[in-house]
Amino acid sequence: MTNDSELSFTCPIPHAAGANITMAHGGGGSVMNRLIEQIFRSAFDNEFLNQRHDAARLPLDAKYLAFTTDSYVVQPLIFPGGDIGSLAVHGTVNDLAMAGARPRYLSAGFILEEGLETDLLERIVASMGRAATAAGVKIVTGDTKVIDRRGNDGLFINTAGVGIIEHDLVIAPQSVQPGDALLVNGDLGRHGIAIMAVREGLEFETTIESDSASVAGAVLALLDAGIEIHCLRDLTRGGLVSTANEIAEAAGRTIHFTESAIPVRDDVRGACELLGFDPLYVANEGRFAAFINPAHAERALAILRQHAQDTEPACIGYVTDEAIPRVTLESAIGATRILDMLSGEQLPRIC
Amino acid sequence: MCLAVPGEILSIDESNPVIRNARVNFGGVVKEVSLAMTPEATVGQYVLIHAGLALGVIDEEEANQIIEDFNTIAELNQAEGAQP
Amino acid sequence: MKFVDEFRDRGKAQQLAEAIRHAVTRPHTLMEICGGQTHAIVKFGVDELLPPEITLVHGPGCPVCVTPVELVDKAIALAQRNDVIFCSFGDMARVPGSRLDLLGVKAAGGDVRIVYSPLDAVKLARKFPEKEVIFFAIGFETTAPANALAVYQAHELQIENFSILASHVLVPPAMEAILSAEQCRVTGFLAAGHVCTVMGCTQYEPIARKYGVPIVVTGFEPVDILRGILGCVQQLEQGRAEVTNAYARAVTHDGNHAAQRLIDTVFEVTGRKWRGLGEIPNSGLGLRPEFHAFDAERRFGLSTITAEESTECISGAILQGLRKPAECPAFGTRCTPETPLGAPMVSNEGACAAYYRYRRHVTP
Repeated sequence: MTNDSELSFTCPIPHAAGANITMAHGGGGSVMNRLIEQIFRSAFDNEFLNQRHDAARLPLDAKYLAFTTDSYVVQPLIFPGGDIGSLAVHGTVNDLAMAGARPRYLSAGFILEEGLETDLLERIVASMGRAATAAGVKIVTGDTKVIDRRGNDGLFINTAGVGIIEHDLVIAPQSVQPGDALLVNGDLGRHGIAIMAVREGLEFETTIESDSASVAGAVLALLDAGIEIHCLRDLTRGGLVSTANEIAEAAGRTIHFTESAIPVRDDVRGACELLGFDPLYVANEGRFAAFINPAHAERALAILRQHAQDTEPACIGYVTDEAIPRVTLESAIGATRILDMLSGEQLPRIC
Repeated sequence: MCLAVPGEILSIDESNPVIRNARVNFGGVVKEVSLAMTPEATVGQYVLIHAGLALGVIDEEEANQIIEDFNTIAELNQAEGAQP
Repeated sequence: MKFVDEFRDRGKAQQLAEAIRHAVTRPHTLMEICGGQTHAIVKFGVDELLPPEITLVHGPGCPVCVTPVELVDKAIALAQRNDVIFCSFGDMARVPGSRLDLLGVKAAGGDVRIVYSPLDAVKLARKFPEKEVIFFAIGFETTAPANALAVYQAHELQIENFSILASHVLVPPAMEAILSAEQCRVTGFLAAGHVCTVMGCTQYEPIARKYGVPIVVTGFEPVDILRGILGCVQQLEQGRAEVTNAYARAVTHDGNHAAQRLIDTVFEVTGRKWRGLGEIPNSGLGLRPEFHAFDAERRFGLSTITAEESTECISGAILQGLRKPAECPAFGTRCTPETPLGAPMVSNEGACAAYYRYRRHVTP
């Protein structure tokens, strides 16, 4: 921290770390330490991180832990309704919530590309700190690497998360039963469309923002109320249909939706119509599907409504008694079709 | 080859007549498109947009007529003893 | 959404299905030539509402399905050049050429961009004057005005770094090719509504007369498609063979004159090779001599690129409605959506891809 010989790399103002990330910021020396101090520690400040150890020493009082990891490479780094930092917190927190765990601690690994604007990094890290606080988790350990300039996105984040499991339910596809009600906690398709709205060549004016948010509060509320949850899965890439197919495959059951019950906002639908997208396949970042005992559906919906921010949870389908792994849909006109996985991402089409 | 979507014209920019840019609303999402092939289109009308270009103005009367026609179909179905 | 939701109404759809059931007294085979209509039929399950006497056949109405392999190879060759930004509609991104597809070129470092409109490609040309910007101009008559406008705009603005790789095809010649085939089983057509928004209905009148088939101009929402089918069935049952318009809110008898004039200014009718159908005379559009500077094939000397279609693929017979995908020996084994041999398996609207999805779930 006091080795001033490396000051020659940096211009002291306006940012002590310099306007851009350089290789020195990954060098392990005082330049890197200054970066970590000013940008990371100040945003993530907590008693575990402040121990400044190679590993965080954490008290845990649970028989079972949930543990997950995810890496985030989204482009653009900042999008309507969020950024790669808040996404990295919400995504990992939500994965823990899908196990029915109370999220507690996250790690955060950063790969920075030489040339990344320091102001941008600071903005994203600050956003991450806020997201963590709002989600009730602490970022207790981390890592920073700098790679040489290669004209890429500039920033990649990995977060791993630990949560404690305070219930006895086996929340997994194997617990899914015929007759289970399928609930979602809000309208679909916002994240994918928000990203699309800012991608070059596909721009349109819109106030659609990503739905990136923590769903842990909603899930824990369901558990606290004694809702018999059989399975949870968040709806990310590939949308509702991909998730449903994964569960159907793992559970060996048919999942049936009613199209008219699936909530999609008008403007999201408008954007989908324009691009030729199906909202059921569009990515979400703050939505999950819950397979529950149908007798608890009404109560569960009421709880989800309490935790819903300007959206409407809904019961959109059920698990049939057929032991065929597939997803079916009753379309708007009353015909039934099969909803298959797409082999790749949806692209704007004219046909 | 035929994905075309109806949208409502919100505003027209006449400064570039070759392209005739306009802002068109699709259920709350607004996109800039060209009205070059629909010189008669005006603000408030609905146009059919394909690949960034309006192909024609929606004939609202015809659209409404179809809806009315359904009463006729329902009557026909009933006359033949079918369930409506 | 206005003018969309009303035509996805369940009650109206059921009413129309009922009317069709009542009208039918014998089997009929109807063909639609439009990927958009195929997509809507599959998406909403329209065919499920039809009586068993009606067979719906999906014709060569998807520009993806009919673009020859060698043209895809030319697109790939262009996209691989360092000085090129290659722009395309999303539809073509995964169509395999002889070895790669456009997304594969992107993965290998090529500057391939998916755009919503050819006008966006012109914007890119203005933004990056040091690059050659090429647009993959596929489509039927519906897309011709947009492609023509892009070239026209580039011409007016004297943009020197913009060109198109043209693969434009026309519907009426394809219809005639199908109807004049000996084994043709099609007895009625649903004409692609948005093609007719541009071109009007007049081109179909001589075809209806010559071959004695009803042709109903049809839209794309489930209610529109059912109205088109009903109109076609009523004509067949009454022994009529006329062109009628079941999409009057978007189609007039003469079409869009401004669009037709622009197409005629920029393009001329040429022969075109259709994947699976072979060369059909006067079935495509090519740039007129005064616009040859915007023709990527001429600009970049691509005439030496030729390619062979897969000998196993029977897409020609499929596209004409003569064979079903399940009758193809490679179907589901050597040819799947992940490893397609031909276009009908690549495109989501393709008959083979659609069959593949349903076949896997047929309860034994």
